[in-house]
Amino acid sequence: MKKLYTLSIFTENRHGLLHRVTVIFTRRRINIESLTVSESETKGVHRYTIVIESDENHIQKIVKQLEKQVDVIKAFYHKDEETVFQEIALYKVPTHKIANGVKLETLVRNNHARILEVEPDFMIIEKTGHKEETQQLLDALAPFGVMEFVRSGRVSVTKPEKELAAYLQ
Amino acid sequence: METLSLSEKPTVAVTENITGAEAVVKSLIAEGTDTIFGYPGGAIMPVYDALFHYQSELKHVLTRHEQGATHAAQGFARATGKVGVAIATSGPGATNLITGIADAQIDSTPMVCITGQVASPLLGSDAFQETDIVGISMPVTKWNYQITCAEEIPWVMAKAFYIAKSGRPGPVLIDITKDAQFQSFDFEYRKCEKVRSYNPVPKADPLKIKDAAQLINAAKRPFVLFGQGIILSEAEKEFQDFIEKGGLPAAWTIMGLSALDTSHPLNVGMLGMHGNYGPNLLTNECDVLIAIGMRFDDRVTGDLTKYAKQAKVVHIEIDPAEIDKNVKTEVALLGDAKSVLQQLTPLIQDNTHDNWLQQFKDCDAKEKEVVIDNEIAPTSGEMTMGEVIARINKQTNGDAIIVTDVGQHQMMACRYAHFKKSKSNITSGGLGTMGFCLPAALGAKIGAPEREVVAVIGDGGFQMTIQELATIAQTEAAVKILILNNEFLGMVRQWQQLFFDKRYSHTHMVNPDFVAVTKGFGIDAVMVDKRENLDEAVKNFIQSETSCLLEVRVGKENNVFPMVPSGASVAEVRLS
Ligand SMILES: Cc1ncc(C[n+]2csc(CCOP(=O)(O)OP(=O)(O)O)c2C)c(N)n1
Repeated sequence: MKKLYTLSIFTENRHGLLHRVTVIFTRRRINIESLTVSESETKGVHRYTIVIESDENHIQKIVKQLEKQVDVIKAFYHKDEETVFQEIALYKVPTHKIANGVKLETLVRNNHARILEVEPDFMIIEKTGHKEETQQLLDALAPFGVMEFVRSGRVSVTKPEKELAAYLQ
Repeated sequence: METLSLSEKPTVAVTENITGAEAVVKSLIAEGTDTIFGYPGGAIMPVYDALFHYQSELKHVLTRHEQGATHAAQGFARATGKVGVAIATSGPGATNLITGIADAQIDSTPMVCITGQVASPLLGSDAFQETDIVGISMPVTKWNYQITCAEEIPWVMAKAFYIAKSGRPGPVLIDITKDAQFQSFDFEYRKCEKVRSYNPVPKADPLKIKDAAQLINAAKRPFVLFGQGIILSEAEKEFQDFIEKGGLPAAWTIMGLSALDTSHPLNVGMLGMHGNYGPNLLTNECDVLIAIGMRFDDRVTGDLTKYAKQAKVVHIEIDPAEIDKNVKTEVALLGDAKSVLQQLTPLIQDNTHDNWLQQFKDCDAKEKEVVIDNEIAPTSGEMTMGEVIARINKQTNGDAIIVTDVGQHQMMACRYAHFKKSKSNITSGGLGTMGFCLPAALGAKIGAPEREVVAVIGDGGFQMTIQELATIAQTEAAVKILILNNEFLGMVRQWQQLFFDKRYSHTHMVNPDFVAVTKGFGIDAVMVDKRENLDEAVKNFIQSETSCLLEVRVGKENNVFPMVPSGASVAEVRLS
């Protein structure tokens, strides 16, 4: 059965490596739902968080093929319930349409969102959460006219059996 | 940040200030390279200029196409066990390497390819002969890297060689910008011994080795499948000890061919689509299947849902990504075949499985009657590919390196050629690259000049890299070239006959006069179209001291059997 999996891939910091990583998904015709790359807790080691829809059988093979890449240190996969994850979303909405209403405050408060900036023409709202939650706010803001919307890729923290350092020996 | 450990002892101590181009050459020499295959052009000219000064230490073979350079490097690597090296210019030179790189990747051949690149300030600007070869080659290389400053050359070259040959070998591409080739720096060379993100040889778990031994000892009908892993880890002796101790019948993939003497009593033959009858049929009757250094390619397994379902599978394999990829294993022994077998064999009981082995012999007898006798010893009708290979065996005594192209002749050569020594069968297995043979045979002969090297090629594939006749003539490499001419793209025609109601869509070829063409390249050539002349012609062919070509006109519409039709189960192997 297909479900969402989060891959955490620890790699050397090499240019071009993203291409090597994505090729593995391209070959198997797998769509990347989201992708985030940043330096990990270890200097010089990058962490990719990739979300894909797959099944257990395929995901195991993908993880092995990822680890086979010379510059990949270690790769893990997790189901949603095995990881703590978040996404961040930013919403740009017209100030005047909302400023008079009480609705906005309620919306922001009820959604545990916050206002980052207020300009005469627009304001920027930020919300972190799972995709369904940021989507909910987007739907709620839709009647006011959303000028811009952006959602980040997932970041996720998992519980690898060993500390990353153990794989770097 | 340094991510690799280089040897404490420099192989080459700091020398005077040299250019990047010279550093490339000195790095190759420091890695023990004595021969490279290549083709010059603008972006690699500084390295070619450096090569000019090192001709006594480093031989360069000018192939007539960059694809030829890669296949020659592959043939060299497969015959010697060393890393093959190919070198080319940027743009078209670099893209012409891709087929050979892909071939080396899928067949695990250690190869380092060096390409020139436009000067670094021009990168990304669509400069003359700029292609993103690092991007293009990424899916088909084990590792690749672009060098933009000369200081990087020694450590990148060291890492390239280490990665190419360690663990499961494969091709590495190093792209060097022209300005980096011109820059000067203080050169010092240290071999690479470790890359922290890379674990080339996993260690097998001793408990699992015990489990495997238990399964094998309890088996009534054990069956061993072996691939190129035996050859790559130089485990031929350990492998023979293993099967002899356990009395284990063993069958090979075409990549594993020649790892075990063809005439060994436990060698039961070839696996796969055109393999032998017994090994295919009995795959679905064994109780324990022991796969060593092979990867269950679909040409070997046929329909996976009907493949060896009754058997418990032991898989000895160096690449963790191969475990459970196609066939679910009971016990996976990760590691180098040689070391795993050294640990496993002492735990195996002395055993024989005579009744089981007899089943293979019975299948053999049937196959001999229906297929083999007619193929290797026909007395009338058109000549067959098999009878030509049988004549080659007679002349070479199984001592030759046989290099093949792709198609019917390849299957016939693999099925019928005799081998006594390892590293003697060189073929394009995983990619099935037509045009592989002629340059690969040249590379093999240059790598192993003391060996007889016979190239077996179809009339189609010959015309894909025929220009390498010039390289053979120029290097005077005594490659023997056998063309099995059926005037068809035979293997495709066979499929058209069997699966497309004989619609021979674009598979017939009006060929050039191969003898005249070859003579034009300065190589002796003979054509035989009558059986009574074959013996003599093959004898002269093998006895010739120099390169020569023998074209044999064989039956136009002959087929290769047995056959496991594509998508069928191995148990559905057809004898006709
Ligand atoms: C580069 C390449 N193109 C196409 C094919 C598909 N193909 C496989 S076998 C074959 C026919 C080979 O014909 P020939 O070289 O005459 O050998 P024969 O099968 O007749 O022995 C073809 C076209 C291939 N393997 N490689």
